[in-house]
Amino acid sequence: MAATQEEIVAGLAEIVNEIAGIPVEDVQLDKSFTDDLDVDSLSMVEVVVAAEERFDVKIPDEDVKNLKTVGDATDYILKHQG
Amino acid sequence: MSSTNRTVVVTGIGATTPLGGDAASTWEGLVAGKSGVKPLEEDWAADQAVRIAARVAVEPTEVLPRPQARRLDRSAQFALIAAKEAWADAGFEAKAGEDPTVDPDRLGAVIASGIGGVTTLLDQYDVLKEKGVRRVSPHTVPMLMPNGPSANVGLAVGARAGVHTPVSACASGAEAIGYAIEMIRTGRADVVVAGGTEAAIHPLPIAAFGNMMAMSKNNDDPQGASRPYDVARDGFVLGEGAGVVVLESAEHAAKRGARVYAEAVGQGISADAHDIVQPEPEGRGISHALQNLLDRTDLNPAEIVHVNAHATSTPAGDIAELKALRKVFGDDTDHFAVSATKSMTGHLLGGAGGVESVATVLALYHRVAPPTINVENLDPEAEANADVVRGEARKLPVEGRIAALNDSFGFGGHNVVLAFRTV
Repeated sequence: MAATQEEIVAGLAEIVNEIAGIPVEDVQLDKSFTDDLDVDSLSMVEVVVAAEERFDVKIPDEDVKNLKTVGDATDYILKHQG
Repeated sequence: MSSTNRTVVVTGIGATTPLGGDAASTWEGLVAGKSGVKPLEEDWAADQAVRIAARVAVEPTEVLPRPQARRLDRSAQFALIAAKEAWADAGFEAKAGEDPTVDPDRLGAVIASGIGGVTTLLDQYDVLKEKGVRRVSPHTVPMLMPNGPSANVGLAVGARAGVHTPVSACASGAEAIGYAIEMIRTGRADVVVAGGTEAAIHPLPIAAFGNMMAMSKNNDDPQGASRPYDVARDGFVLGEGAGVVVLESAEHAAKRGARVYAEAVGQGISADAHDIVQPEPEGRGISHALQNLLDRTDLNPAEIVHVNAHATSTPAGDIAELKALRKVFGDDTDHFAVSATKSMTGHLLGGAGGVESVATVLALYHRVAPPTINVENLDPEAEANADVVRGEARKLPVEGRIAALNDSFGFGGHNVVLAFRTV
């Protein structure tokens, strides 16, 4: 069953917490991965791979650069999840 | 004084070792004659011929924030912990520049390991085989590169004068400190964070060293397995951890009123050109390094009262080193209290020179030589050549200037001797 927007944000929050140590409550739709959440380019790859596994979605490398905020990633996953 | 012959001093120390999570607890363990060797309880150890090792006393993940720890190889975690301790111990309150007493352009970092990020390399290869290409960590390369510990320490303190990683197997840590001394002596830097680290307790290195017949297989007596100079010694015990010192030009240290532990007098370096792994049995290469040390510094053999020996507990190596000391220093050797601290810490490979430099500096500072433990039957060849501190720590002369050596030798025939003395 497809995840809801709320479930995706909660899932991303857990992933970002694990990788960057940011408190889950700080991971919100308008937050930028690099500017607000301490996720640098290498860690972003980790976030993407973890999200792919969790939400059964493929995020090709060329699309990763468009995922600036948690909202961008959530929309992408909502649209592409299997 | 010319900028190519400046006096170098030690103003900070840090360590994380099988005896303790910092320099103070490590020193306490050394003086008490404590062994850090334990049985390997992991499932993979069951098939190994060698089932003992000296793991760090405090896991780095208990000290470092998780997001930072997970992107550092274990060897870099150790290095960073020891370097941060040394940096604070030297009296710096923030990274260079933010702390106005040290200019980032005049600060260097030289941290070495013998093997590099071997656990990252092997673990990520397991990930590749078991979970596929996509799951290989994007942090793998910066984690496994041998300069990773040096680069991470350099980033932490803000070092811009140069960050280096000399690699010479088990002499790496000592070579790093020697390199750092030269950076300051020749005027390239005023302050350098230097030392060695190693994290190689993993089934592959253990199997490989075991198959070389280099390691002790005394699995039934872990704490008694590392026994340099004992007639029953049968190889080294693998240890892990890091030791780091802050080196500084005497002038720079005086200007900011820093506490000085000891002077880093200099180094003697040579290579055996004998065999890729066997030590030259008469210690010719080691003698050459010791002679270079005397020729290149104003070290006075009459002042040397202590040697932190390389002595890994191998049959050939332990004696070759003592013969070299006797050959170069003659009767002066009689007043060298020789300690093999690997009897307690195990052999930290590239970390050894770092940890043992910390131990040597503290031996001078406290005027106490730590013991060599587990010597039940002293090898007659050791007895004939040196005064080995056995069983209990020994007080060193309480007055006057005293000096000490720290020897490190590595596979490949690398010989590095560092000299320190009181100020």
